[in-house]
Amino acid sequence: MVPTSHYLILAAILFCMGMFGVLVRRNALVVFMCIELMLNAANLTFLAFARARQDMSGHAAAFFVIVVAAAEAAIGLAIMIAVFRSRGTLNIGEIKTMKY
Amino acid sequence: MSVEQVLFWAFGTCIVVGAAGVISARNAVNSAMALVATFFFLAGIYLLLWAPSLAVLQVLVYAGAIMVLFLFVIMLLSLSETESQGGRMTLSRILGGAAAAALLWALESTLLRIAPVARSMATAPSRDFGTLKSLGVLLYSQYLLPFEVVSLLLLVAIVGAVVVAKSRI
Repeated sequence: MVPTSHYLILAAILFCMGMFGVLVRRNALVVFMCIELMLNAANLTFLAFARARQDMSGHAAAFFVIVVAAAEAAIGLAIMIAVFRSRGTLNIGEIKTMKY
Repeated sequence: MSVEQVLFWAFGTCIVVGAAGVISARNAVNSAMALVATFFFLAGIYLLLWAPSLAVLQVLVYAGAIMVLFLFVIMLLSLSETESQGGRMTLSRILGGAAAAALLWALESTLLRIAPVARSMATAPSRDFGTLKSLGVLLYSQYLLPFEVVSLLLLVAIVGAVVVAKSRI
């Protein structure tokens, strides 16, 4: 049997790696993937507590997180296509203004 | 070591390696493939947590739909050029690593303090825990309003994605 704390610490490690990627990477698409990593770490925490407390509300919360992540990916990637079309780069060091 | 422990450590190691691949790969396509692998191993961890329906959703929605969308966009924009700064230690990397390490330390000290409260991992949950049927009953009874709101959100996301990505309407 694996204790709950192991799952929670795995989720914490995953979240911190995602945060490191968001802070360090310059490609907006990779930053976006790192945000997905952080969302998955939150999901893992929900499911670990749902298992420990034998309560399925955590599963419902994880389900909603997956749905919101799908909507976020669709909108975010559309915004990236629009940004790339107008300025020809996705380097977040060069994207400084909203209006171009 | 029991089977559960062996699987947990195997999946956990693969998840950490995959996440490291996501944040260290030079090419965006390599990052995306590492992310797909990470999602598959996370689905394995979900199975260990008695959440088979969420594990299936993880593979279908995340590793399937969302990552295909990512790969489409990467290839559509032909982002094959690598980032300029290679393996150098820049100021942003040092600061980002320090921030991530500080957050990890804070989270771990907190999690280790609250962990002994939840101790019912030893007892197996009831038979219908985590099945698709019980998840559906929960979503359509207790979480009916959030479920409908989230379907509206998906509709808005579809329309918004078309409007934003199209060059001229």
